[in-house]
Formats: sequence, structure tokens, C-alpha cells
Amino acid sequence: MKTHSNEREISIRANQLTKQYGDFIAANAISFEVYQGEIFGFLGANGAGKTTAMRMLCGLSTPSSGSATIAGFDVYKQTEQIKENIGYMSQKFSLYEDLTVLENIRFYGGIYGLSRNELKEKSAALIDRLGLQGEAHKLVASLPLGWKQKLAFSVAVLHQPRIVFLDEPTGGVDPVTRRQFWDLIYQAAEQGVTIFVTTHYMDEAEYCNRISIMVDGRIAALDTPHNLKQQFQVGSMDEVFYHLAREAKRIES
Amino acid sequence: MQVITLNGLTKVYGKEKTVAVNEVSFSVEQGELFGLIGPDGAGKTSIFRMLTTVLLPDGGGATVNGFDVVKDYQQIRSSVGYMPGKFSLYPDLSIEENLNFFATVFNTTVEENYHLIRDIYVQIEPFKKRRAGKLSGGMKQKLALCCALIHKPTVLFLDEPTTGVDPVSRKEFWEMLKRLKAQNITIVVSTPYMDEAALCDRIALMQDGKILSIDTPANIISAYPDQLFAAKADHIYALLENTARYDKRINSYAFGEYAHVAVPAGEDQEAGGIALKTWLETAGLKNVEVHPTVPTIEDCFIQLTIVHQMPAKN
Repeated sequence: MKTHSNEREISIRANQLTKQYGDFIAANAISFEVYQGEIFGFLGANGAGKTTAMRMLCGLSTPSSGSATIAGFDVYKQTEQIKENIGYMSQKFSLYEDLTVLENIRFYGGIYGLSRNELKEKSAALIDRLGLQGEAHKLVASLPLGWKQKLAFSVAVLHQPRIVFLDEPTGGVDPVTRRQFWDLIYQAAEQGVTIFVTTHYMDEAEYCNRISIMVDGRIAALDTPHNLKQQFQVGSMDEVFYHLAREAKRIES
Repeated sequence: MQVITLNGLTKVYGKEKTVAVNEVSFSVEQGELFGLIGPDGAGKTSIFRMLTTVLLPDGGGATVNGFDVVKDYQQIRSSVGYMPGKFSLYPDLSIEENLNFFATVFNTTVEENYHLIRDIYVQIEPFKKRRAGKLSGGMKQKLALCCALIHKPTVLFLDEPTTGVDPVSRKEFWEMLKRLKAQNITIVVSTPYMDEAALCDRIALMQDGKILSIDTPANIISAYPDQLFAAKADHIYALLENTARYDKRINSYAFGEYAHVAVPAGEDQEAGGIALKTWLETAGLKNVEVHPTVPTIEDCFIQLTIVHQMPAKN
């Protein structure tokens, strides 16, 4: 965590961002700012509109209205620059199972435009840091899920993006590895990478600097975990979430 | 009465002979809500698949309702309900058609066992003409549960029914399970969420194909061997770094807004707390708070994982 300075650089700025599919408003005029180096938790029930919002922020889906900039780039006009400046990982799509650890690192590094020398240096350093020396030439398919996820995260930040989007990165991962994964997140944030993360683990919500909770396409709450608990006068993020999400009117469909 | 028994059940996969289930033995009583708790790769799904007779064991054996999972697979298949982790209904059939299909396959009708699914079905009934492939995650899950129940099984196997489901829907799902348990259906459920373990009658904590511990959640918690403190300070990352260096530390890790610090039991609790607090303050942390805390299932799991990874003493 970076110490809070007075003038913090804004990494993500969304203003009245909206996505409408026919009559259905998936994301309804959402506005928020995320600071450089911040760990920002993006929570919400299934169907609340998280994925829709995240796709717009990554430059993968054009908003219906509103505006947003990612690392200073416009989500309507500068989607290619956005993609160069972000990293992305999810539980579902992370790495190629039938490539080796080293091949995956080189493949993704290559896609993100790292030079041959940079790739060589960075892949060696990464394998060292993760303690995967013995596994460098093994297929990713043979690694335990927790290792895969740690590797996927490291690959997602290999090109030193300004922002990394993590979509439920720790689903199904054991409690010990889940915490090691968060150590990687903290380290990246300390180096100034902005972390935008979704999770269904409410203890992980506590690890974020600030949290937003989406309900029915809108942002229903946004603050630090501490302030949210105070605001709702409850002892845990689980209760805050429950309090907000049970009010949801939208029938998930 | 023991409805399910496993005796040294083993499953090995592939050329590399990966042991997915490693000589697992336990039994489940009539009417029990039994939880298999563990991360991906623990062997939960392989156990489910062997017990529901869709996968053959490579060693050991198991019975369900007194029937052998290999020899008597037909009897088992007609008497159990199975909800796999992956959505396995027909996406091109509607809600109604899927339910009728599964009832018919088991020689029964939706009307005959409607009482079992009513509470759940009414929630998706307004959409009964919608194709299953077009449903949301939560609705698919409810339909799958209805389809697994419609032939009135004596044993219900639910493989990770709440994975990827938000905390509110997870809570609702467990309330549904409690109501089914009241109908005297034996339920075996798996989950990677440790907080759900507390809702089971008994649980098996699993990792890497082995059982780490098997007991009631309360007994597993009371068997926790160390003294556990929850510590809080202004800067969580610095707090974690410093607790990791504490000389009496057995283990320490992030736990929500706190760091949990395990130290040897037997020493005076109050003195132990003060010692830890003083140590953290000396390290320069501000607004330090330390209090003893009761371990959760997750703390127990972490403790057991570490003990199992260490070579046996002496």
C-alpha cells in the first residue's frame, strides 16, 4: 500500500458510464475514480453488472453512454493504447495448458511487445522469484491450480502495465496459496501498479484499500472497508455485502 | 445407519500416475449433512464421481446404501441424486422440459415428488418456458438441484454447488440444504469455501487427495493446538511482514482486516497478547490492537496443511 499523498494520480476515471442491451441497463451510470497504486475491490452479486463494467474498462466493449479513461486513455477512441497499458487475468482464462511455463511467459511477453533480450531476462527473473526452476519446462497443465494462478498473475504484470484487472483470481484456490497470491498483489501495488480486483471471498475484500459494491447495475457503496463497516454498523464485510445485495431487485437472468 | 462407506478408496490418473484420491476412508450416517472441504485438486470431484458410479476406483472400495460402487452400480444410480460441479442439463430444453425429462428417466413424475422441490422450483417457475442454456448462474443451479431431487433420492451428492456464487446466493443455497436435510435426505456436499464448513454436521478437510481431518466443525476447532491472536495495525502489509518475524510465531497470515498469529499454547494468554503487542509497537507500527481469537475452520485448515507438509518429527 502506498502512503496516501495529497495529490494522487488517477489511474481509472469513470463518469456516468452506462451499458444498455435493448431495454436492459447492465451498467447504469457508474462513476468512480481509482488511484495509481491502489488496490480497488470491485464487488457485487452475480448479475449485478461487474463483468459488463470491467469489459468496458478494458476497452473490450463500447459504452452506450458516459465516459471513462484508463491510464489517461479514452475507452471509446483509444482502446488499443488501453490494452497496451493494462494486464488482465481471470480464473477461467489464464494460461495455455499445453504450453510449458517458459513458453507461456515468452508467448505473453511477446504479445505485449517485449524485446528478445527483455524476455530472456524477465522470464528468468520471474521463474526464480516464483521458485519454479524445476518446473520451467513442464506443461502448465501439470501445475497445481494455486501455482497456475500465481504464474498467471506474474505473466499479466510482466510488461509492467499501469493497471492490472483481476477477475476472481483466487476462486477455488487453497487458503495458504490464496494468501501467497495476495502477497504478489501487495508487492505489485507497492511498485505502483493499480490493482482492480473482483472476488467472492469477503475476507479478501478487507485486503483492498477501497471497495465498490454494485447492485442492479449501479454502484451502491464505495469506501474503505473500515468506513463501510462503520456506515452500516456491522462487524464484517460479509454483513455489508449482505445488507446491500439482498436489496437487489433485478432478477438475475 | 451408515449410508455411505469408503474403504481405502483410491484413484490414479494418467501416464504420470497422479494420485488424485489417496486411500481415503470415512463413512456418512443416515440423514447427515456431510461436507468435503478443500481447494481445487484436493480430490473432491473424483470421490463424488466414484461414489455415483461414473468413475471406477483404482484401489479400495465404497458402498452407497449398502450397494457396491462397482458391482451394484445400477441400484446406486436409481437411488442417488448427483449435481456435478459443471452445469450438466440440456441447454436446448426449457426449465420445464429438463425437469420432466429427468423425472421420466427415473420412472416418476414431477407431480409425485413435487413437495421435495416446491420451495426451490417456485423461484424459477416464472421462467419455466426459458431454455436452460439461457438462464443465469443462480437459476441454473436451482434447476440442477430440482433435477437431482425429482426422483426422490435417498442420498444427494452436490459437487461445489456454490463455487463462483456470490455470498447472498450462497447463504440462500445453504438454507435450501437445511430444509432438504429435514426431509431426511443424506447430503454430501463439497465446497472450497471454508466458511460453509461450519454449516455441515461433519466435515472432512481434504488436500492433495488425502484427508487432513474428519470430525464435527466444533471438534475440529477445539482440536486446534496453538494459541491464536488477531492483530491489527495501521499498515497491514507492514503488520504481516513484522508478525512473520515474531520469535514466538508458529505461523502468521492475513485474515480479513487482521493478521492471525499462532503461538505455542500453554502460556498465559494475557501475557502472550501483551508481548505480541509490545513487539509490534517496538517495530514501529501504529494503532496496534491484539486480542486472542477463536480459530475458524480456515485457521484449522491452514494449521493442518502446514503440519502435513512438514516431515514427521522423530
